[in-house]
Amino acid sequence: MDLPTVWFVLIAVLWTGYLVLEGFDFGVGMLLPVLGRGDRERRVLINTIGPVWDGNEVWLLTAGGATFAAFPEWYASMFSGFYLALFLILLALIVRVVAFEWRGKIDDPRWRSWADRALVVGSWVPAVLWGVAFGNLVRGVHLDADHQYVGTFLDLLNPFALLGGATTALLFLTHGAVFLALKTDGEVRERAGALAERLAVATLVVAGAFAVWAQLAYSVPWTWAATAVAALALLALVATTRARREGQAFVASAVTIVAAVVLVFGSMYPDVMPALEPGSSLTVDNASSTDYTLTIMTWVAVVLTPVVLLYQGWTYWVFRKRLTVEQIPAHTGLTFDRV
Amino acid sequence: MDALDLARWQFGITTVYHFIFVPLTIGLAPLVAIMQTAWHRTGDERWLRLTKFFGKLLLINFAIGVATGIVQEFQFGMNWSEYSRFVGDVFGAPLAMEALAAFFVESTFLGLWIFGWDKLPQRVHLATIWAVAIATNLSAFFILAANSWMQHPVGAVLNEETGRAEMVDIGAVLTNPTLLAAFPHTITAAFLTAGTFVAGIGAWWMVRSVRRGDEATARVYRSAVVLGTVTMLAAGVGVAASGDWQAKLMFDQQPMKMASAEALCEGETGAAFSLLTIGDLSNDCEGVRHVLTVPGLTSYLASGTFDSYLPGVEELQERSEVLYGEGVDYRPNLAVTYWSFRLMIGLGLGSAALAAAVLLLLRRRAVVGTRWFGTLGLAALPTPFLASSFGWVFTEMGRQPWVVAPNPNPSGVDGVWMLTATGVSTSVPAGMVLTSMIGFTLLYAVLAVLWFRLMVRYAVEGVAATETDPSPEAQRLAAQNPDDGADKPLSFAY
Repeated sequence: MDLPTVWFVLIAVLWTGYLVLEGFDFGVGMLLPVLGRGDRERRVLINTIGPVWDGNEVWLLTAGGATFAAFPEWYASMFSGFYLALFLILLALIVRVVAFEWRGKIDDPRWRSWADRALVVGSWVPAVLWGVAFGNLVRGVHLDADHQYVGTFLDLLNPFALLGGATTALLFLTHGAVFLALKTDGEVRERAGALAERLAVATLVVAGAFAVWAQLAYSVPWTWAATAVAALALLALVATTRARREGQAFVASAVTIVAAVVLVFGSMYPDVMPALEPGSSLTVDNASSTDYTLTIMTWVAVVLTPVVLLYQGWTYWVFRKRLTVEQIPAHTGLTFDRV
Repeated sequence: MDALDLARWQFGITTVYHFIFVPLTIGLAPLVAIMQTAWHRTGDERWLRLTKFFGKLLLINFAIGVATGIVQEFQFGMNWSEYSRFVGDVFGAPLAMEALAAFFVESTFLGLWIFGWDKLPQRVHLATIWAVAIATNLSAFFILAANSWMQHPVGAVLNEETGRAEMVDIGAVLTNPTLLAAFPHTITAAFLTAGTFVAGIGAWWMVRSVRRGDEATARVYRSAVVLGTVTMLAAGVGVAASGDWQAKLMFDQQPMKMASAEALCEGETGAAFSLLTIGDLSNDCEGVRHVLTVPGLTSYLASGTFDSYLPGVEELQERSEVLYGEGVDYRPNLAVTYWSFRLMIGLGLGSAALAAAVLLLLRRRAVVGTRWFGTLGLAALPTPFLASSFGWVFTEMGRQPWVVAPNPNPSGVDGVWMLTATGVSTSVPAGMVLTSMIGFTLLYAVLAVLWFRLMVRYAVEGVAATETDPSPEAQRLAAQNPDDGADKPLSFAY
């Protein structure tokens, strides 16, 4: 494989890490008002991802940085082209970060309900918009001869891309519900399991439709393999959530996300940003950095990525126990009254 | 305003916001690590209480630092796509390295530190906060490598065919002399900030405790004051030394920035350091009247001798027109560079001098019970934050009109330069930039107010808040047997 292709694959790997890990973070956030009845249960939900969500989010920053380093043209065209979408995602991520960290700092129901709202919105917006963005990348966007985005924001809201948004939202909802069933105990676990069972069926339908549409309209023959894996994983997800095999169900939803990323990136290749206008597409070759930069970055990635996986894996091991409402301590937050 | 002005304002606003919180995190993480190490070594509960107290403040601050940082990673592509195309080959590398080598470590290990008090063996738990402290400093190194390259491009060549800068030597990028001076300057400034923060809050609380007759608590805060002021003093010396080094580099690499820092319109031999200037500092240089000066000092700052020649703004403008073409105003905004330079130095040196005074006063028992001593602690708090902001405003606005500054000397590279005006995104209309600017500014403003209230609230609560936590002895036992008692309550939960 030539270096630009290696980096195309590496960026797909970074996105896979991001979507698999933040996928359940988003799911937990979106399900906060659905599965968390009362403050204690909500805190159970939030704390299942408490120690890890920040590390999970760094996969996005790394994917962004890696795109800048390896494919500057792609970075420039995509982020200036998807301007408003990215702006909304960034607003959502910002409020989500501070909501996590500051929610328990003030012991006041109104403060907490604001934080909960921020968590819910901050999870829904990126969960939908990342799918819309990837849908557009698969479908192709309006680029001029200089690879500048010349479409409008509304162009990005085409039916295929919107189906992509519905797909990621449902996929992350299911992934989150399955994760919660795996990480909690008692009533929350029961409710999460039951919800995952229903969500899995809906995901099978919507994600299945998206995958088949993408495969038939925009893809290449070999990605049928990814589509097939996605289909099998979705079927397994339906079966395992029914049987309440939580560990297996989590593997199934994770595999679905991996297969989806493979389908998306496989459909694009050798383009990194396919254009609707012939000849204007950004490809791995015309968008990439020089071989020198790619060689340096390959060494950095090859050395550091396994280390990151190792200590992130260890973190999950440290916090592997299921959470229950009984384990949630009383609020230690202060109130603003005394100032 | 057109898209260019709006994009500049947006980058300025979001970066200044980000850098209100960043220095405190960079400096406070190691100080908290030192406090926890002191507790670990001595078993003295005083240090545990300080660790928890300042740890809480660190976390409140860390959150907003992360939140305001996310935008930066994407803003280059959103608003500065032409710049990103031009420099991506060089500029992207340190950014990606920063994420891989530093962001992952700090975010993952901070999670372990917050939630790991009774889940990890004590030593391992201590190691997690050190990992965070080291990673925050490492991330500063990489992002400064990227910034320093914009000030003084090295290790790259211009590819005439593609019109892009291409990296040829990563070693040169990571050992850029500009970076080697900027890194210690930024880090010591961050330590000055955190030292002032710890000492200032400590002093206020120490006075409060003494006046309440609570000698035991006063002793706890006295330790914070000593740690904070010693940090301030050492950092103050470091800031001044690295700043002097930077000024000499700047004279060499960016003479226009040096001249405009002094509002030096005409070239001068043995240039004086201007302490006060009146008149309008409009860019035509007319009406600039220096009223208070130290003879020869600027020449000394720039080159190490009192009688060296310093080119003035007008002369450099003419020189630039010959080198880079006519019709461009190569002069930065003189009023901004002149005053931000002075405010940075004044506020920074003021903090360090204050630290020396406080260390001396601390030995007089009568003083630590006086109200003015506590007020002094609080009054000192904002100064290093302001000094950092002014320093960055000077560095960045002194580089205008360049986004990648050219090098008029052999240490730089040929042809690798870019005007800010050509770096802005061409496909993004002004209305869109305005929308995002308003959105980010409003959101950041709300968050900054909340941050301030939370910091004040937790500072006012003092170490008393830590008494509700499990006792140190219980924690020590729990930490020795991490897996004991499967369903015990979490020691911390959001």
